[in-house]
Amino acid sequence: MKAFRKIVMAAAVSAMAIGAAHAADKTKIALVVKSLGNGFFEAAHEGADEAAKKLGDVQVIYTGPTDTTAEGQIQVLNTLIAQHVDAIAISANDKDAVVPTLKKAMQRGIDVISWDSAVAPAGREMHLNPSSNELIGQTLVKLAQQALPDGKGKIAILSASATATNQNTWIAAMKDQLKDHPDIDLVTTVYGDDLSDKSYREAEGLMKSYPDLKAIVAPTSVGIVAAAQAVEDAGKTGQINVTGLGLPSEMAGHVKTGASKSFALWNPIDLGYAATMIAYQLATDKAEAKDGATIDIGRLGSVKLDSDNEGVMGEPFVFNADNIDKYAKMY
Amino acid sequence: MSETAANPRRIPDRLSGRGMAALQSWESLLVVVAIAVFVANTLASPYFLDPYSLSDATYNFTERAMIGFAMALLIISGEIDLSVASIIALASTAMGAAAAAGFGIPVLVVVALVVGLVCGAFNGFLVTRLGLPSIVVTIGTLSLFRGIAFIVLGDQAYTSYPSGFSWFGMGYVFWVVTFELVLFVVFAVIYGIVLHKTNFGRQVTVIGNNPTAALFSGIRVARVKFILFLLTGVMSGIAAVCLTARLGSTRPSIALGWELEVVTMVVLGGVNILGGSGTIPGVVLGAMIMGMVTFGLGLLNVPGTVMSIFTGILLIAVIALPIVWRRVRTRMRT
Repeated sequence: MKAFRKIVMAAAVSAMAIGAAHAADKTKIALVVKSLGNGFFEAAHEGADEAAKKLGDVQVIYTGPTDTTAEGQIQVLNTLIAQHVDAIAISANDKDAVVPTLKKAMQRGIDVISWDSAVAPAGREMHLNPSSNELIGQTLVKLAQQALPDGKGKIAILSASATATNQNTWIAAMKDQLKDHPDIDLVTTVYGDDLSDKSYREAEGLMKSYPDLKAIVAPTSVGIVAAAQAVEDAGKTGQINVTGLGLPSEMAGHVKTGASKSFALWNPIDLGYAATMIAYQLATDKAEAKDGATIDIGRLGSVKLDSDNEGVMGEPFVFNADNIDKYAKMY
Repeated sequence: MSETAANPRRIPDRLSGRGMAALQSWESLLVVVAIAVFVANTLASPYFLDPYSLSDATYNFTERAMIGFAMALLIISGEIDLSVASIIALASTAMGAAAAAGFGIPVLVVVALVVGLVCGAFNGFLVTRLGLPSIVVTIGTLSLFRGIAFIVLGDQAYTSYPSGFSWFGMGYVFWVVTFELVLFVVFAVIYGIVLHKTNFGRQVTVIGNNPTAALFSGIRVARVKFILFLLTGVMSGIAAVCLTARLGSTRPSIALGWELEVVTMVVLGGVNILGGSGTIPGVVLGAMIMGMVTFGLGLLNVPGTVMSIFTGILLIAVIALPIVWRRVRTRMRT
């Protein structure tokens, strides 16, 4: 028994030595996603590879479970810990369940950040948000204004439900922005409850009640599609512009018809790129995740951390006729 | 071994000796596969043969295998329980509620065991008293038990577990030997003795081979089956304690899809899915092979999608191999 233990120990030591030698070559960054085979995350992988190419001595390990379970992600995390990766950047399936495993990873010297879908603060050094409420409000007003003739006119908001926290925060941020734009007249806010048919009817109602309406802003992926459809069906394409937050794959058709000139959402390529950039700098001790720290994210500028060690990547990404085809294939 | 049945023309001149029979058994095939997987993993990844890695790798099977032991007995008796993963979800939810109410660790464990017992009794009652087929009953309770967990929790989670609770899921008893691994070994021994060395185990096998004959030879079939359902329920409760402690939280989607992984382990371990035969050492080996294959592929960063194809092929190959081998051998002899 003793001899066996010796052999195992010797093998383990040599294995660790090999591992260390490997690590010296390249910084290994694991991009852990909610599940494989999802276009959004495949795009994030593309961004991570782009960052790796720019950084030079980085190996990106793109991995995740087959279905969006916490247990599957933990199984993956255990194999990454065993490989002595230098950093883990995770979009979590469950913000709490992965914490014990990620704590173990940090104890063994692995830097851990979360992106897209956050991990509870105990299980990560920092979290990267794709955008902030203020920036979303700003972008929505900007998109609405760009399509208005002479930058002035009446707009309306088609939201999800009246109690939807996200949407209400964004609408409040929009109203804040609108104070600086007296030419834009926000006539009303209606609620489609994130149901296609109700959103469609609400959009029809808006067009009837306000014949000189110039834009509908829908900060919900269901509402924006329904509004665009309603505008097309009413034959008002070109008169009323539909904008807001939506999925490129669902909006591609409406951008082509002209019902929506542009809309916004997070760009997964940029997210993967930024997460990799940050993970690399934490792993190589070029940056530290602490309150007030500023971390460089290459072509995207920099991220400033708040007191919860959360950072914001930037403004939502704008989709229009020029780039919609590329992103519609992804998500 | 039933070479004579497969090929009536071959008349054995003598019974093969004990050693020969052991060599030809399913378990020795599994040992060979396990060693092959171990060696392949060691060669393929420099990280595999690390005590801490191997210790982490055991989490890939310990919880599922604990349920697997009870499931093996149940399947040998000719029944099945597909609600085990949902029992975990319900037991974990009950534990979370108890923890949120401020109860300590002993109470949490008791709560999980009681929930497991009650769920098992419910399954057992429907199958043995009302005479319903177990596959139908447990597909029903699969939705029912998890459904209750979803009603209680919705999209919320219980996270307020006492600080020492995580020891059940991540604690080390000594060196790199985890509490879960010790539990796995203890249950393997207990279930091995129960199945292979006791009257009860004998009765389970007889029932699986011929329930009518078992009934007429004085075995209380319904009672034995009821006890087996209780056992799978309790084992699911124990697995719920370990898994919840390891995750440090409860969501209604906990352990989703584990029932099939447990059944796969048991079948890979050589338990006849139609009942009547199977061994605990086989289940132990089946569980370890599953765990090592998934961990080894993970170390090579093989995507999970490819991994599930691989485990599927492994299962079919291990089951088909002896059958093909037997055919080839008899053909060569004629």
